[in-house]
Amino acid sequence: MYFKSFNPLDGEQLQIMNEHGEIIRDDLMPDISDEDLIEMYKTMLFSRVIDTKTLQYQRQGRMLTYAPNLGQEATQVGTIAATRSTDWMASAFRELGAWLYRGAPLYNILLYWYGNEWGMHMPEDVKILPVSVPIASQLQHAAGLAYASVLKGEDDIAIGYVGDGGTSQGDFHEALNFAAVMNTPNVFIVQNNQYAISTKRSQQTNAATIAQKAIAYGMPGIQVDGNDIFAVYAATEEAVKRARSGGGPSLIECYTYRLGAHTTADDPTKYRDNEEVEQWKKKDPIDRLKKHLIMKNLWTEEKDLEQIENYGQYVKSTFEKVENSGLVPLEDVFDYHYEKRTPELERQYQERKAYNSSIGS
Amino acid sequence: MAILNVIEAITHALDLEMSRDDRVVVFGEDVGFEGGVFRATVGLQEKFGVKRCFDSVLAESAIIGSGIGMAINGLIPVVEIQFSGFMFPGYNQIVTHAARMRNRSRGRFTVPMVIRMPYGGGVRALEHHSESLEVLFSHIPGLKVVIPSTPYDAKGLLLAAIRDPDPVIFLEPKRIYRAFKQEIPDEDYTIPLGKAKVIKEGADLTVVCWGAMVRDVQKAIEPLEKEGHSIELIDLRTIAPWDKDTVIESVKKTGRIAVIHEAAKSYGPAAEIITAVNEGAFLYLEAPPKRITGLDTIVPLPKGEHHYLPDAQYIAQELKSVLTF
Ligand SMILES: Cc1ncc(C[n+]2csc(CCOP(=O)(O)OP(=O)(O)O)c2C)c(N)n1
Repeated sequence: MYFKSFNPLDGEQLQIMNEHGEIIRDDLMPDISDEDLIEMYKTMLFSRVIDTKTLQYQRQGRMLTYAPNLGQEATQVGTIAATRSTDWMASAFRELGAWLYRGAPLYNILLYWYGNEWGMHMPEDVKILPVSVPIASQLQHAAGLAYASVLKGEDDIAIGYVGDGGTSQGDFHEALNFAAVMNTPNVFIVQNNQYAISTKRSQQTNAATIAQKAIAYGMPGIQVDGNDIFAVYAATEEAVKRARSGGGPSLIECYTYRLGAHTTADDPTKYRDNEEVEQWKKKDPIDRLKKHLIMKNLWTEEKDLEQIENYGQYVKSTFEKVENSGLVPLEDVFDYHYEKRTPELERQYQERKAYNSSIGS
Repeated sequence: MAILNVIEAITHALDLEMSRDDRVVVFGEDVGFEGGVFRATVGLQEKFGVKRCFDSVLAESAIIGSGIGMAINGLIPVVEIQFSGFMFPGYNQIVTHAARMRNRSRGRFTVPMVIRMPYGGGVRALEHHSESLEVLFSHIPGLKVVIPSTPYDAKGLLLAAIRDPDPVIFLEPKRIYRAFKQEIPDEDYTIPLGKAKVIKEGADLTVVCWGAMVRDVQKAIEPLEKEGHSIELIDLRTIAPWDKDTVIESVKKTGRIAVIHEAAKSYGPAAEIITAVNEGAFLYLEAPPKRITGLDTIVPLPKGEHHYLPDAQYIAQELKSVLTF
């Protein structure tokens, strides 16, 4: 119903909750239990605390390059909450909220950004692929995951994430085209945060919306207010239902904003003005949902502060563990290219080991 | 004379050539407005306008493929791939078209373009940001592959690359982008492609290297020279076509060779160089040639990367074994 009523070619955007946390389209409200909604809110808050503290650690020289998610929490949590835990997820690198909601341990996530491959070794029941650094390539995997699911007679779907910049890549087009032709159970999420590093969305595509690109592939597309968790959830839920019931893939453009830097190596003040950022701060997805929850007596400011404090402590102690994880041992560098070390890898390993002990390291 | 680091020397060369030749166009991801993530193109859009220096869409195939079209139609594109690890979507265009257009059209269509990319490890980066992939280009007929190791060379080689009538892959060792400065003449000068530089002459051992490794090797040979060994140090500068004559002549004199690179060992550039030495100077050899290279592993993330790159101490130890064989 959402996809039909909000045609991206007409420039329509699905919004259910306004910037003050008020429901402006009661008729469109998705059915989310209070319990789930609080879980979603808490995950968004957790994500924000992680970002904030990690950025501090980075500035203190304790953390390597990090890609913050500030401002995109509703897009991430709202989409993943509409899937179930047996569904596959293929993400890029800026999907912290979705990873957390899926149960990715904070220790793993921080360890990854800390420069250790073990970070991406997630627990068996967390069906997310490792971070994909090459832009848009992961959507092809999402298409394959979904196709395999059908062939195996399972009804798990695959959700794939990409940024607005990523929609320029051949891989984006190829994945969507493959999925549409093969009628795979996919949901493709574009986190349109308006910038690919310094390049504005308007320089990335000449189309009025990214959602409308779906039409050319022969799949439904919709643009949603990415800072409105209800809109994000509602559209994703419909797309997931369609995918699971054999109706094929969909494209959802979450219209949102990256409040922070692209990564800690980037200085966004060089390419965007403060006024723009301030405007978007007013649409902060977390504030918005908090206001809504408080209005519904599901949350309080006191609880909020308490939760932030608890999360802060947890991030602190987890990060300290990460910091104490030390360097990666030599074996680790050799052991995961093949099931068994090849003779040549074994030779190189022994050589390095001998060298290391000769210099006493 | 200006005192510049590698990245500034590149900006300076681009500026000079864009002023001299209005066919030169510069583009890539974040290259225009921001001047590139490493600031190699900073100020060029302001000076030469958005038509000649622009932000491209995020698509390496589009950057390289459209560059090929521009080159065929009279422009000289100098494109930037943000990190060499992200050239793969564009690799198809490089290999299937840029490298072959001249041959395919029997010389009617040519691709005088430069594809610049930062490469190499040692900067504590994310996945795909640290590899040394020079061999993936060097193995492809029709491409030239250039790697500077100093600001002076970066300017002279880049100007030569832009003026070269064929596609040139210009690999920039990002570990030394800002590591040191050098005095550079303000005027125009080029360094011929395909010509190695003998950094220092020596009698006992030929050491061949390039890019960021040159500095580590210089550090490594210091103590060996103090011990009385005489080492000839060659910076290859161009990986394809490489300066076989200089290397073989050197080995004929010294009788020993070691090749040092960051790239993985197996099928790496050292294999080619040592094979050529075996073919051209086998009877002069007094010790088995040696490769001192990265591992045959994926470059580890930062917490394991120290295992990957040969450091000066390791290089020194390995060179010693060749000298004392
Ligand atoms: C194939 C490829 N090219 C270039 C890069 C370098 N790079 C990393 S992130 C990025 C911008 C991505 O923008 P977008 O897709 O909008 O996602 P966002 O970072 O805004 O979440 C670029 C160019 C890369 N990782 N992969």
